Amino acid sequence: MKPHIGVLALQGGVAEHMDMLDTVGCTTVGVRCPSDLRGIKGLVMPGGESTALIKLLIRWDLVSPIRELAGAGIPIWGTCAGSVLLSSEISEKSHRINQPSLELAPVRAERNSFGRQAASFQEDIIISGLDKPFPGVFIRAPLLFPLSDSAEVICSVSEGAVFVRCGNIWLCSFHPELTDDTRVHRMFIEEAVIGS
Amino acid sequence: MSFVRDDGTWKVKTGHARMLKGGVIMDVINAEQAMIAQEAGAVAVMALERVPADIRTQGGVARMSDPEMIKGIQEVVTIPVMAKCRIGHFVEAQVLQALDIDFIDESEVLTPADEANHVNKWNYKVPFVCGATVLEEALRRIAEGAAMIRTKGEAGTGNVVEAVRHARSVLGEIRRLQSTPFEELMSMAKVMGAPYELVKYVHENGKLPVVNFAAGGIATPSDAALMMQLGLDGVFVGSGIFKSGNPAIRAKAIVEAVSQFNNPEVIARVSTGLGEAMVGINISTIPESERMADRGW
Repeated sequence: MKPHIGVLALQGGVAEHMDMLDTVGCTTVGVRCPSDLRGIKGLVMPGGESTALIKLLIRWDLVSPIRELAGAGIPIWGTCAGSVLLSSEISEKSHRINQPSLELAPVRAERNSFGRQAASFQEDIIISGLDKPFPGVFIRAPLLFPLSDSAEVICSVSEGAVFVRCGNIWLCSFHPELTDDTRVHRMFIEEAVIGS
Repeated sequence: MSFVRDDGTWKVKTGHARMLKGGVIMDVINAEQAMIAQEAGAVAVMALERVPADIRTQGGVARMSDPEMIKGIQEVVTIPVMAKCRIGHFVEAQVLQALDIDFIDESEVLTPADEANHVNKWNYKVPFVCGATVLEEALRRIAEGAAMIRTKGEAGTGNVVEAVRHARSVLGEIRRLQSTPFEELMSMAKVMGAPYELVKYVHENGKLPVVNFAAGGIATPSDAALMMQLGLDGVFVGSGIFKSGNPAIRAKAIVEAVSQFNNPEVIARVSTGLGEAMVGINISTIPESERMADRGW
């Protein structure tokens, strides 16, 4: 049976993740309310604007159900803004901020760490477990600072970590869903969803 | 081991626009409004000196905003900050890029600087959004380097009818191109005055190669959800928020309606108790010379 994966669908790059998950052999559901989480074997939190996303998660009562899902061992993968939402601490390069999050991974996410949009970039990156470089797409991307030994760095660029795994919670600050390369999606499904 | 780093690529420009999908971008004229917009859940703010409704009533030449005002907004919000340059005014665009703006709107809301040519948007690291009323116009802007398209609507009217017209026109033409036989595509491109490669892309993919947002005249949560249900990717709200009775509450309601645009119960709930909407103007009462959607081609 195909793995059934939820994609948080309140705002952001939702369709891109669904297309990728479809390509690697999953069925998907857009998650807009708690009942959409029923029966999913994994959850993807896409990129978007994290300040908007956290407000909508709170507004539509999704914070506790997602925390319960994580507690039950369901794998959750956040890309870019999604990784910010999963981090236990959030900071910003040039602003003082006080932003709530799901606090599911012992990681400090530094938002907009490389700068504004003009500093967004593409760079091939080395990801542990993948034999060849992966096309990294970084858009107003955060950097991820592990706060505990349970947070395992899978990939870094010269400034710091951009892919961190903490058990069933995966965080990456780049956008595999904007590439034609399905390897990270495949890795999430094979290792976190099927392997767990 | 490290690899070459490329910035300002088509992928990061269009990718940034994709991350704004399902979101609301709000016009703001100062830092205080920008904070209200961010607090309401806006995915970006558009910094401009006067909202379109005021440009319409006050008249005069509307230009790029004062850099000091733009910087003041960049200092107080963490969400992307967009700003408008006049159609064809490539130096205003250079200035906005120098100010480290996240997205440039080459906008018909400002007074055009060039009646024949738009900005060559390939020359910039910062992505551009441009307005379009019909598919061929959207394809011409994309060929010039626009990483995002929006309807023009009729800005500053609080009247959604023109945005609906433009959305239906673009989406309808896309459907028509999809079913056009391949051998007729070149002739279509010729008639449309649109680049063949992009005509072929639309025929093959049934969509634009960039995101397509609604703009111009959106004033209520239902207006915003209407544009989403028609098939657009997100919403710009200009005068509709800060020309209304209670901007903070209305802004939040529009964000919430867009996030659940297929759920009428939610839209009913968030539409309750918003106070007065902006008054609005009937398009037929606007003299043709003052219609912003006719600017650009």
